[in-house]
Amino acid sequence: MNPKEESAAVKLPLFSAAEGRVLGFWVFMAGEANLFASLLGTYMALRRQTAGGPGPQDLFSLEMVAAATFVLLTSSFTGALATSSLRKGHIRPFQAWLLLTVALGEIFLFIQGYEFYEYLVHREFSWQTSAFGSAFYTLVGFHGLHVLFGVFWLFGLWTQSFFWKKVTPEDLSRAWVAGLYWHFVDVVWIVIFTVVYLSGVVG
Amino acid sequence: MKKLGKWLWVHLTTVDHKRIGAMYVVTAAIMLLFGGVEAFLIRLQLFHPDNRLVVGDSFNQLVTMHGTTMIFFAIMPLFVGFANVIMPLQIGARDVAFPFLNAFSYWLYLAGCILLQTALITGDMPNDGWFAYPPLSLKTYNPGFGMDYYAMSIQISGLGTFITGINFVVTILNMRAPGMTLRRMPLFTWAVFIMSTVIIFAFPPLTADVFLLIFDRLMGMNFFNVAQGGNVLIWQHLFWIFGHPEVYILILPAFGIISEVVTTFSRKNLFGYDSMILALVAIAFISFTVWSHHLFTAGMGPIVNSIFATTTMLIAIPTGVKIFNWIGTLWGGKIRTTSAMLYALGFIPIFVVGGITGVMVAMAPADYQYNMSYFVVAHFHYVMIGGSLFSLLAALYYWFPKIWGRLLDERLGRLSFALMFVGFNATFFPQHWLGLFGMARRVFTYPPDWGLTFWNQFSTIGLIVMTLGLLVVMYDIIITMVRGQRAPADPWDGRTLEWATSSPPPLYNFPALPPVTSRDAWWVMKRQGIPLPEPERDIHLPAPTLWPFLLALGMTVVAYGVIYPVTWLAWGGVFWTLYALYRSLFDRVPPLVLHPEVRA
Repeated sequence: MNPKEESAAVKLPLFSAAEGRVLGFWVFMAGEANLFASLLGTYMALRRQTAGGPGPQDLFSLEMVAAATFVLLTSSFTGALATSSLRKGHIRPFQAWLLLTVALGEIFLFIQGYEFYEYLVHREFSWQTSAFGSAFYTLVGFHGLHVLFGVFWLFGLWTQSFFWKKVTPEDLSRAWVAGLYWHFVDVVWIVIFTVVYLSGVVG
Repeated sequence: MKKLGKWLWVHLTTVDHKRIGAMYVVTAAIMLLFGGVEAFLIRLQLFHPDNRLVVGDSFNQLVTMHGTTMIFFAIMPLFVGFANVIMPLQIGARDVAFPFLNAFSYWLYLAGCILLQTALITGDMPNDGWFAYPPLSLKTYNPGFGMDYYAMSIQISGLGTFITGINFVVTILNMRAPGMTLRRMPLFTWAVFIMSTVIIFAFPPLTADVFLLIFDRLMGMNFFNVAQGGNVLIWQHLFWIFGHPEVYILILPAFGIISEVVTTFSRKNLFGYDSMILALVAIAFISFTVWSHHLFTAGMGPIVNSIFATTTMLIAIPTGVKIFNWIGTLWGGKIRTTSAMLYALGFIPIFVVGGITGVMVAMAPADYQYNMSYFVVAHFHYVMIGGSLFSLLAALYYWFPKIWGRLLDERLGRLSFALMFVGFNATFFPQHWLGLFGMARRVFTYPPDWGLTFWNQFSTIGLIVMTLGLLVVMYDIIITMVRGQRAPADPWDGRTLEWATSSPPPLYNFPALPPVTSRDAWWVMKRQGIPLPEPERDIHLPAPTLWPFLLALGMTVVAYGVIYPVTWLAWGGVFWTLYALYRSLFDRVPPLVLHPEVRA
């Protein structure tokens, strides 16, 4: 980092409102993790309860899920680049990376929507089919809704960033928690990918 | 009319932690009345055998509404209310970390109250106990809207409680006055801190669990439908993973209140400060490892039962530490028997009884005998009334001057304590025996030849005495508000920082943040003659805003839209919520700048 960049860099001052927002968001994520843990536990308890309907091995196609995972993990990377350029005080690159992150999030949602459509229409597998179906759609659907909410959030942030003249700690903390949220949703997906899809296909 | 409009506007837009706290306390007190009337009807029905006052499903509804109202909408928000006012003052802060979210939490809590009491007004009440076990709570067996009101009110107010937990944790970690290190914090603040961490980890499993119930009821899912592979034990486990920490959410702040009151009115510093904090942390931690003792009779087998029996009994150790420390604090102190102190002194032996019966029901083999009997009812009312409610009354008499600026009448306070103490024990102590004699919980009657009649009548008369005690408290509050004595800043010769500012405190709490050099900061400042610093010139506070209310309103509309179900209403609520969320996330509101008057 050259001296000029150093001067433009924004720091999160300790014990300010902006810092409190980041700390509060970490605490929020602790609770959210517990929410997903409860849903995951429910899924694991019910994943063999197919009630004569299709089970994990009949349904899951790893190619599609792998593609979705790749897209979402890449979006986490671009999201990190976005917040990192904002920390250096660069708004334009931030906006570009952020928009790319939103686009990747939408591609992920598209793949997941297609997956659900396949199951519902062509495989006759809905949330009413069996306890396994209920648990699958609830867990994966909750995660999908989190991604959807994140896409809206990041997009809202993107529109707002056009009003920023200079990056303040306030702006940075707002972007920072949005970034944290996005990474969190990503981490949850890695667990879902492992517990639901990978171990589902293995049996 | 104009005055009413202004009053309404001030309350709808406030983000002041003191006002929000007072709103919590008042709303929760009204909910306490609802729950209290329900309790009274229950006891009237049980006054004599084969009574026909409230029978069958009506009795089930009464029991469910009583439990749900008391736990979620009366006791817990009373603690949240007192914590909201007092905790920021005790750490020398000007507000909580997120004033906007604080207001939002309150409106969500109020929405939850309204949702649940809609059941009361429409007569379509939940009837499956406050724990709502499926399959009885499923649509097949419970087709009305009752369980839906229950589920939605818990989701909405639960979100509010969760946000409050985050808010308090960040406030305590981030907003302490200079010099207020963690090991100088007052015990009530510590208790609120630990309670908040328990909230953060306990509420999400409940949210997940209630979502499963809502999906089963409204979307035809099969989590609890055994015919399609569902499993009702999932509900029980997730519910009690929340439910047991929940009872510690209801008692940890009580420990904090008792510690404050006992030290102030013994004129001594707290005995065993560090062990008190360690005990709080230990109780909070162990409280997450005991949930299955609610399922001893569900057939988990002897090994699992033994593990959970052991962890449950472990909790008695840190709790015992606290009891001994309170006694140690009283020992050799200059005790003043004010009303607050009387309630605190009443708390200690009653809580010991509740704790001992807690260890009794924790013994898994013996629990097969106690389970579903009135013994359990007696046990948790000793903890919830003799523990939580007594500590709340101590808090009321102790902090009323700080919150509302007037001193409650002490003579009426002592009278209320006498009535409450006698009435409470007369109501609930015989219920231990009733349980051991074989009287079942949640059953609306008993036969005349079982020998249960006398103690049931005794219990009901006890409740009448207790009700008189509560009426005296209400009368005390009313006459105090009408013609009470104005409270000085420090009426009790207090030890902690809330007494360092006027009663009630100004909007900015402290003209200048007090310097903290030790524990019992205010006491030390008074004794060593350390002056308060000169007032600051500009104090920045968050400006009032209507968005927290509008945001909560949107979510309430969604809840009603989902319950009835009215699609356009639900979607309208969703879009309104998202719009309000966008505005509240990104609107920049300039802060309020206040200039405290310079002291003469």
